[in-house]
Amino acid sequence: MRYVDEYRDRRLVDKLVRRIASTAQRGYVFMEVCGGHTMAIHRFGIPSLLPGNIRLKSGPGCPVCVTGKSYIDRAIAYARMTDNIICTYGDLLRVPGSYSSLHEQRSGGTDIRIVYSLLEALEVARQHPHKRVVFLGIGFETTAPASAVGIMQARREGLDNFFVYSSHKLMPPAMEAIVEEGVPIDGYLCPGHVSTITGSGIYSHIPRNYGLGCVVSGFEPSDILQSILMLVEQMEDRRPGVEIQYRRAVKPQGNEKAQQYMEEVFEPRDDWWRGLGILPQSGLGIRDAYAGFDAEKQMPVEVETRDDDRGWICGDILKGLRGPHDCKLFGSVCTPFQPVGACMVSSEGACQASYKYRSFR
Amino acid sequence: MKDRILLSHGSGGELTHRLIQELFVRHFDNDRLRPLSDSAMLGECTGKMLFTTDSYVVDPIFFPGGDIGKLAVCGTVNDLAVAGAMPSYLTAGFIIEEGMPMEELERVADSMAQEARKAGVQIVAGDTKVVNKGKADKLYINTSGVGFLHPRFNNHYEENTVKKGDQLIVNGNLGDHGVAVLAAREKLEIGPGIRSDCASLNGLIADLLDKTDGIRFMRDLTRGGLATVMCEVADHTGLGIHMDEGALPIHDQVRGVCEMMGLDPLYLANEGKFVLIVDPGSVDQLIDHLKASPLGADACVVGEVVEQHPGRVVMETPIGGKRIIDKLTGEQLPRIC
Repeated sequence: MRYVDEYRDRRLVDKLVRRIASTAQRGYVFMEVCGGHTMAIHRFGIPSLLPGNIRLKSGPGCPVCVTGKSYIDRAIAYARMTDNIICTYGDLLRVPGSYSSLHEQRSGGTDIRIVYSLLEALEVARQHPHKRVVFLGIGFETTAPASAVGIMQARREGLDNFFVYSSHKLMPPAMEAIVEEGVPIDGYLCPGHVSTITGSGIYSHIPRNYGLGCVVSGFEPSDILQSILMLVEQMEDRRPGVEIQYRRAVKPQGNEKAQQYMEEVFEPRDDWWRGLGILPQSGLGIRDAYAGFDAEKQMPVEVETRDDDRGWICGDILKGLRGPHDCKLFGSVCTPFQPVGACMVSSEGACQASYKYRSFR
Repeated sequence: MKDRILLSHGSGGELTHRLIQELFVRHFDNDRLRPLSDSAMLGECTGKMLFTTDSYVVDPIFFPGGDIGKLAVCGTVNDLAVAGAMPSYLTAGFIIEEGMPMEELERVADSMAQEARKAGVQIVAGDTKVVNKGKADKLYINTSGVGFLHPRFNNHYEENTVKKGDQLIVNGNLGDHGVAVLAAREKLEIGPGIRSDCASLNGLIADLLDKTDGIRFMRDLTRGGLATVMCEVADHTGLGIHMDEGALPIHDQVRGVCEMMGLDPLYLANEGKFVLIVDPGSVDQLIDHLKASPLGADACVVGEVVEQHPGRVVMETPIGGKRIIDKLTGEQLPRIC
């Protein structure tokens, strides 16, 4: 397959691995913050190729994993309202809320539909003018522009039965919080798709304030290994900075049009992250000018979120403070078949990845 | 005949009678079906008899390379064939949603009849029910099948004969059916080329069993794909399975769709593919036989049975990394980003 196979070339990969091994004079821990990177790293078995002194940690970049129980509880409340249709990306379906999941609700007969893009949700709204269609807007800067465009399109068409329940989040505040928490890492593999939208400038305070390396990475094995090599070189040369490895998709200034759409529809607000708590200005709420499409404003509901601690340590795992194996539920009570914590639900979650690949480093 | 299915087509009255006579019997006609008694007479049988059943609920019912009717025949024929049985008779049960166009039902019946002829099986009994509109999705079909065990597969059916060093062969490209149906359902514009591999494999399998005795295990790669079958083999035998991702035959367009949708072709359904676990000495001969048939033209070795990592399936990735292959948890869902 052209434009893909070139990045999976075994000789290139071998060469990069050898260069990482010969360049790294000490041990390094790098964090990949994007769930897409976590996936690719495990799918290609990259940990089994890296020299022993280079370790990768998974960070909080799986949108499903950082979404709180209260969000699911509220989405379920919307699903139970008469004449509501919920449209969601598939990953969210199995995430446990306080008492149930969307998946359980769906089998109980509520109208919850998996969509591949927001455009499909708009189409559902057009086809069902007498129903209210609620799109569950989750994800980082990658998916937020699409939600923004959807809302703008709905306004243009005068679709008054389309709503977005936003849980969109911003990546840099979480990356900063992790360093502030004292998680021991030497650098970040920065999310490539987020940076396609935002550009690379959003990370510049991380090397400046904390001395950590930042490389915006692509998602193919040679991208990831080259990014690791660039991080090692930055650290060995004592010149931490922001570099773009994923040049074929990321420009320093990003996608300015997408940024404008986001800016038009959303405004930053304090938001709650699983494991990290409330981070200032880390989420995206819908601006008052578009309040008519904001599910939270148009469909006020009271939900009771059960705030219990059943022994899981998802928060510490998302921060990279502890690993999945440090959790006493891991692999016994909490498995991909019967997930308890969010990190086990998502295929991008650190626990599900560890569960699958546990004996092969 | 009416141009749509009505509830009274399932009431047991005149319309039911006409539907059976003018549509099903006309297409399926054979001497065991013709008496239309409550049960079909199969006559006296010798040999070890195998019996299986499966239900088909595919959406959409027509897709590139096949339809629900062809699938309902191939699926049950293949379930028997990979167990080492040569299928002889099928039954067919139809659950039809009120309002289904008669022309579509006719096309399904015709396609079942054609596939049955091709596979050399007879549809000897059937049933028709009509449910209210909205209570089923157009058409569900159940088929059951009877076949007779090929003498050469007797031992392998009775006990596990798979051992270390045995080689894994698949008969061609993986994931075509899954992607063809997905593309038809989601109306993905992926261009021409990807068609369901839906086909009856009993002829090819009978031929292989006649010509060699190196086959120790066979399984069709339907729901859950090659990954799921190999996990079951590892579980069941306690042996390790090593697979080579670079060797897996996958159509470029299927790979492309999988990359785009975040799907793993290893878990995609096939309807005309099987895996053989074979004695290493008979690999070349089997590949030659397979390649001589259009149903095995892309056959190749994709892995082997090993002593290491007992009970687990480990795949070497194209870049030389290793990953564990697990059974699918839940549905394969589209990823967010």
